[in-house]
This record gives sequence, structure tokens and C-alpha cells, in this order.
Amino acid sequence: MPRLTACRCWPVALLLVVVVQLGQPAGLAAAETTAVTPEPAASVSVDLVLEAEQQRTATIAAASKAAVAIFAGAAGGGSGVLISPDGYALTNFHVVQPAGIAMQCGLNDGRLYDAVLVGLDPTGDLAMIKLLGRDDFPAAQLADSDQVSIGDECFVIGNPFLLATDLRPSVSAGVVSGVHRYQFPAGTILEYADCLQVDAAINPGNSGGGLFDASGRLIGINGRASFEKRGRINVGVGYAISANQVRNFLGVLKGGRLADHATLGATVATSFDGRVVVSDILESSDAWRRGLRIDDEVVALAGRPIRSVNAFKNVLGTLPAGWQVPLTYRREGRPTEIVIELAGVHTTAMLADIISGGRGKPTPPGKPGEQPEPPPNPLAPEPKDLPEAIRPLYEPRLGFTNFYFNRVELERVTKLIAARSGRGADQPVADQPDARRSAWTFRGRLEQGGSFEIELADQAASISLPTGVSRWEPVAAEAGLAAEAGFDASPPGSGGMLAALTLWRQLLLDGAAGSGRMIYWGQQPLAGSASELVDVLELTTGAGRARFQVASSGMVVAVDFLLSPTAEPCELQFRFAADSSSERPTALIVHHAGREFATFLIAEASP
Amino acid sequence: MTRMTPTAPMLLFVALLLVLFSSPLPVAAGEATEPGVYAARRVVKLYGAGGIRGLEAYQTGILVSPTGHIVTALSTTLDSEAIDCVLDDGRRYSARLLGADLTRELAVLEIDGENLPCFSLSTTAPRAAVGSRVLALSNLFGVAVGDERVSLQHGVIAACVPLRARRGAHEAAYRGDVYILDCTTNNPGSPGGCLTDWQGRLLGMLGKELRADPSGIWLSYALPADELARGYEQVLSGKPPATQRGTTADDYDPRLLGLQLVPDLLDQTPAYIETTLPESAAATASLEPDDLVVAVGDRTINSQRGLRQELARLLPGDPVRLSLIRSGAIVTVDLGPLPARPEPDPSEEPQ
Repeated sequence: MPRLTACRCWPVALLLVVVVQLGQPAGLAAAETTAVTPEPAASVSVDLVLEAEQQRTATIAAASKAAVAIFAGAAGGGSGVLISPDGYALTNFHVVQPAGIAMQCGLNDGRLYDAVLVGLDPTGDLAMIKLLGRDDFPAAQLADSDQVSIGDECFVIGNPFLLATDLRPSVSAGVVSGVHRYQFPAGTILEYADCLQVDAAINPGNSGGGLFDASGRLIGINGRASFEKRGRINVGVGYAISANQVRNFLGVLKGGRLADHATLGATVATSFDGRVVVSDILESSDAWRRGLRIDDEVVALAGRPIRSVNAFKNVLGTLPAGWQVPLTYRREGRPTEIVIELAGVHTTAMLADIISGGRGKPTPPGKPGEQPEPPPNPLAPEPKDLPEAIRPLYEPRLGFTNFYFNRVELERVTKLIAARSGRGADQPVADQPDARRSAWTFRGRLEQGGSFEIELADQAASISLPTGVSRWEPVAAEAGLAAEAGFDASPPGSGGMLAALTLWRQLLLDGAAGSGRMIYWGQQPLAGSASELVDVLELTTGAGRARFQVASSGMVVAVDFLLSPTAEPCELQFRFAADSSSERPTALIVHHAGREFATFLIAEASP
Repeated sequence: MTRMTPTAPMLLFVALLLVLFSSPLPVAAGEATEPGVYAARRVVKLYGAGGIRGLEAYQTGILVSPTGHIVTALSTTLDSEAIDCVLDDGRRYSARLLGADLTRELAVLEIDGENLPCFSLSTTAPRAAVGSRVLALSNLFGVAVGDERVSLQHGVIAACVPLRARRGAHEAAYRGDVYILDCTTNNPGSPGGCLTDWQGRLLGMLGKELRADPSGIWLSYALPADELARGYEQVLSGKPPATQRGTTADDYDPRLLGLQLVPDLLDQTPAYIETTLPESAAATASLEPDDLVVAVGDRTINSQRGLRQELARLLPGDPVRLSLIRSGAIVTVDLGPLPARPEPDPSEEPQ
């Protein structure tokens, strides 16, 4: 703007601060004289409009059934949305944080239901609750939010300003204003990455409710809006956590865990020529171990192209800690793809502190939708303070939101495995025939050449390879003797393949009842697949930590084994015959330290 | 209001024309996507000065030539030596300020582009009817960076009326017609954004962050495309900006009394007398250069616009009494009866 310089001194003018009463009415009054409503051009379009309108009201009526109004007494409340007939519903962390473990939820049928907190993701501002009392709740269907584009029609259904005192939700309509938006976190939590932006009104109280597309599918969880000079009311700019991010966290939430988000252990910046390059990297990160260095250009992460720092934050912000994702970087013009395991942003203690309100108080600049002052620590109540209906469904444990639901999920998955392996799910281990406890043997040849024989038993495991014979004993490993004896990683170069196989056998035979502590870890993309998510169980024993990927068929498809927290993992992938109903694999592929150790082609297995 | 009446039948006619000549699109989900994307490719994100006290360092601009001409709202954001311009596809340019239309508060910028997607201002659509559905695209809250697309909002034209708006001491210079919108486009970063119909045709430019005067409500408004085109032409033709800011047909020109004031360059230019016209009431009453007019009758004024408006409150023939500050003292002078205004030239009727 050209600066206008006063050509003379007007000191008196500065002193004259006089409000001039205008002699004109406000301009808006003239609107009536220009009001013109165009007539529809033809009756055909009238029919189309009416049809579309009918479709719209039907869609909204159906979607509204899944809307949950959350009331937390003096602590406030918000919205939620049911996603399964057995009552699991999604909402925001910042809605349930003041509400605590137990809350009351209203549905569109005009009834109140007790609900219990299941899982929390403070970083992503997500929470899962479970409504009690029915197994036929109306549920919304999660859509693929990457298919949403700017201009799409959308609906926000929820409980703005806690108006739904008759439990019937409010609906606002609008269009999608933007996709793949990034909204900075408040500190380290409440980050809205890769979120949807809509002009349908999202007001305080709408937080946690559903964002629906034109056909009534759930595309996001509303939770945030840009507020400014007018105070905390909608100004046509609201944000929803994308359904695809929600999907990534469903497992860990349903398992009652305290979810954490992923970090690469490296920061990126835009270079002078517009490339996204690594500006700093931790030498303890998996990315460093896989070869990523400062000044490498990040080209793609988790299958998505990275063209800006925002895009990088968008992708990373939607991923749970512990996931393994591909990363493509370019150095001196040459692209390299690596697979890295993402570390967590927080420690368990930090998360526990956050959810207790210590640091998690949602404050500006994040300005999320709803932030009443939380009471001291509603998330660690005395059991006697909980309603009777909730008490049996709540079990506190460090690192978990509600360990009760971890048991539920663990039982679900171990039953799947048991059904698959032919062992009756309800049969206690002691009742298993002795034959079950006999050693398992596998024979065949290595793809790299030569033959092998593996024997797995309760007390010891051994492998015979062209390079020699290795043994592993769980008892010795648990006593810490293994490291001393130097065979904990046996066979050498595998990172602990025999230990991983022994724990795998234990899972198949004993389920969760074997030695060590087993939890339901959540979900992760199936090894080698970008989209299919499989359940993951985590077993921690004295020998190390194993994560088992379990397909929906109950088949254990992969094992990730770590001898110690700083060790390189031993990764097992099982291959099965396409038509086989057998639990026994036809091939076993072993990776360690980012390289393939061996591929075992199994010709013969017993029993 | 009486001024609007003759234009109402014209707008009705325009609306009918629109209905007759536009092919109605079926109402279906996602219908805003195509025009939204079409328009978004013609909108740029602008970054300049600011970032303090509610003055944002970013706003929006509209590409109006394939060689990189951009119209945007005249604001402090442009008060910077380096204005960065980011296109829809993420390409980044340095923009130059070519000039500004102080009356319409619009600025024209230029970037070194070729074959850029753009709107044409040479054939702008007729005024949209009240009730028309519109799309608004802007760099609101600066949420889109790099190749991220600007934000899309939808709404309806609620009114088309003369603008009376201010923000604090800043009074909008433009007092012509604007579209009043029912969606909130009054947000940081929105000024300079584009308003289109649901076919993606340019209807106007989103206005600045102003409040309605005197109600104080934050106004969501847009400068109609025809005004945008006129302002753009004026800047390109190099015509000097109007010296009288925000004069409307309703204001009374003090020159009819023989008062030639100093150039009116600011929002609140004080009513200093530059000179008196010979053989005028002012000359007869011995008004002098550097006299500061501070009241008309018993009503105080603090700017030249205030003086024009207060004079307009009088009827022809009413006695005119001015209070002046001359050499630190208040002086009251009578200028006799107010002369009637000359008949307007019919060729200058609003289009």
C-alpha cells in the first residue's frame, strides 16, 4: 500500500475524537427492494430438487440415529457417534477428559444410556466410549475419507452448545472447504493432522460428533474450529479428524490402551529450492539405523507423496506409534525405499500425566471446540465413585485407559487363534492332550540353497542350517543366562529367530495363558500391505518382546521379536497355502536388521 | 433507499435473463466441487506485512490475466517491499504492486507469469440476484500453505446494498453497492478472495474485515465484479485516484458554498480550508486558508466527510453556520442560505 504522507501538521485533528452520527439508515434495510427470487426454469428441475431434498432428509434421519449426546454434568459435555451395534462410539479426548470414566449418553430415540470410557488418544484428540444396555445400537459406517474432495456436501450432527436436552441432535449442513489440512497441536497434544475442513457449523458442544457425507457415511469426527474476534462461535471454519486417521487408531482405542502418535525421530524442512529435506535426525531412531541422514530429500512416507512440510506432518500425524511404514528418500538423485518402525511421541508416564489433566488441559493456541476446566483427576476415580453399572467394566492400569477392554480384545483374538488351530477356545490348557505338548518339527530347504530342520519344544528349540546347529532354551533366556551364553540371538544373524518361533508356538498352544504378559496391542497394516489392518498381540517375557500379527481368519501371519528394547528386531512372516485350512505354514521368511536372513520353504511338518 | 428503487426492476430483468440463459445443473452431491476447483485455481495466497494486533500478514488475491495480474483488497498486508504470491499448484512468485483504487480499496498486483489460469474482468457477469447461491474461496486463517488449496465456503447473497462499514477509526472509503453474504467470509486472510456462482463464474471479490456502521456487526460482503472491473481498469489506465474519498450522491459538496478544502487523502482528513472560491459565500464571509471547520450549526464534525454529510442534512435555503478554529480560537461564521445542488447529469446515472 502506498504510504500517504500528510503534507501539513494537523495537531488539532488528533485531539478531535468525535463520533459522527450518520444521517443514513443502515444499508441492510434496502435489501427488500432488490429481493428477487428466480423461478425454476422447468418443472423437471423442480422434481429433481424435491427428490434430492427427500433423499437429503432421509439420509440425515438415518445418520442422526447414530448421534450421541454426551453429558458430564457440571463438567460440560459434547457429542459422539456410534460405530458398532454393540455400542462402541467415538468422541473427542477433550470431551471425555472432564467427563471421566463414566458418563451418560443420549440417543435420538430419546433415551439415556450409561457409557464407560474405553480408550484415549490425547495426541489425536480421540476417545472411544461404550454405551451399555443394547446390542442393536444404530451405528454409522466409516467411509474412506481420502475420497472426500473440496465442495462435497456434508452434515455435522451433534450437540452444539449442549442444546440436545431432549437428546435429539442438531444438524448443520455445508460443503467440504478443504482436505488434508494441518492444524498445529496445543503443546504435544490435540494435533489435527490431515483433517477435513468444512463450512457446516461446528460449535462448542459439537466436539466428538460425526461429520457425514451426502450418503450418510461417517467421514470424520468434528472437534475443532478456527475462532477469532467473535469469540467461541462458528465462523464457517471447522475441522474434523478424518475417518482414515480414526481407522488407524480403532484397534488401540478398542483395546483400552492409551494411544500414542508416531514420530520419525527426524525433523524436516523446506530447502531453498522447495524440496522437503531432513533437517535433523536422532541417531537412536529407526530411520537412522535404516540409513536416513541429514539433507536427504523425503519423497514419500507411508505410501503418500511428500511435497511440503505440512504434507509430512499430515501423514505422520495420522499414524500410531509402533507402526512400520515405508519411507522413500532421495540422495544425489537416487531414490531409496526403507521400512521404518515409528517411535512414540510420548512416554507412558507423559501420557498418564496428560490424561490426568496435568499437562493435557486443552488451551490456546489449539483452541479446540470444547474446553471446560477439568476437575482434578476424573480419569483415575475410586471404584466406589463409579456408578454400579460401570464398576465391573473399569480396571485401571498404568499405560492403559481402561484395562478391562484390553482383556475383552485379548480374549476375542485368542479365541480366533484357538478356533483356527483347532483347540477349543474354552478348553483350559491343562485339558489339552499330551500330544499337543510334543515337539514341533519342520523340514525343508532354504530358498538360498541347502536344507534345514527346526525343532520347537517346551524346554528347548533347535535349528539345523548348512552353517551349523543352534539351540535356544527359554528357561536360560528368562534367567538372563542366554546373553551370557551368547546364543540368545540364535541362530546367529537372525536376531532371535528360535526365541520368536518358540513364543509363536506358545501362543498357538496356550493362547494368552503361557508364560509372560500378553496384551492386545492394537492394529497394524498387514506386513507387505498398505491398507489391510490386522490385530496385534504383544507378549513380554524374560526372553524378549514379541508382537504377533493375527489376520481376521485367526491365522498368525507374522511375528516381530525384540531381544531388548535397543536390539534390531527379528521379523518372521509366515506363508500359507492358498486353499489350506491348516495352521501350519508352507514358508517362513525371516528378516533382521533391515535385511533378509533366510526364506525357509517348509516341505514337511509334524505333528 | 430511494436510490435503490429504480434499479430493482433492472435487477429483476437481470435475474430473469440469468434464469433464461443459464443451463440449470441438477442438484446433486458434490456439485460444488467442479466450480470450486475451477475457481480455486484462479485464486492466489498472498503474504506480506503484518502479524501484529489483528493485522494479518496474509490475504487472498484473484488472477485476472494470463500474464499474472492479480486484484486484491487494499490493505496493510500489501504495505511491504516483498509480497509473496503462491498459486494453487504451489508455485511461488514475488508480486509487485502496480497501483491501487483508493475509492474501492482494491489493489492490482503483478507477477511474472505466463498462461496462468485466470478470470476475465473484461466481460463480467451481470449483478447476481439476491437469493443466488454463491461460493466463496479464500486463504482464510492461512490454513492452506504451499500447494494446499484455498478454502471453499458456500452461501447465499442476502442483499445488494451500499456499503457503510468501518473498523475502529478506519471508515470504508467505498460507499457503493456490495453483496451482503449469509456465510461468514469476514475472517483473517479472506480479504481479496473470490465470490463465484455455482458455475464458477466470478461475481465479486471478498471484502475486508469491517463492521457494519452503525450496527457494529462484522460484515461478510463482496465487491461486485463490475466494480472490480472498473477499479482494475482505472488502476491499469494510470488515472489518479479520486481525491475525495467515499463521496456518494447523498453528500453535499462544500464547493457549492465556495469552500475548497485540502486534498482528502485519509480516512479522517480534517476539514482544513485550502482556499475560498471567488465571489462565493465563503469568500464573502471572509473564511481563510488553514481555517479548520469543526462544526456545522451545533453538530461537531471531525473530518471532511463529516462536513459533507452534515451539510447534506440541511435543506436548500437553510441558514449555514460554521464553527472554525483559527489561530487557536473558535470563530463562528454565517454563510447565508444553503445553495441548492445542481441537477445531476443524466449520463452519470448508476449503471
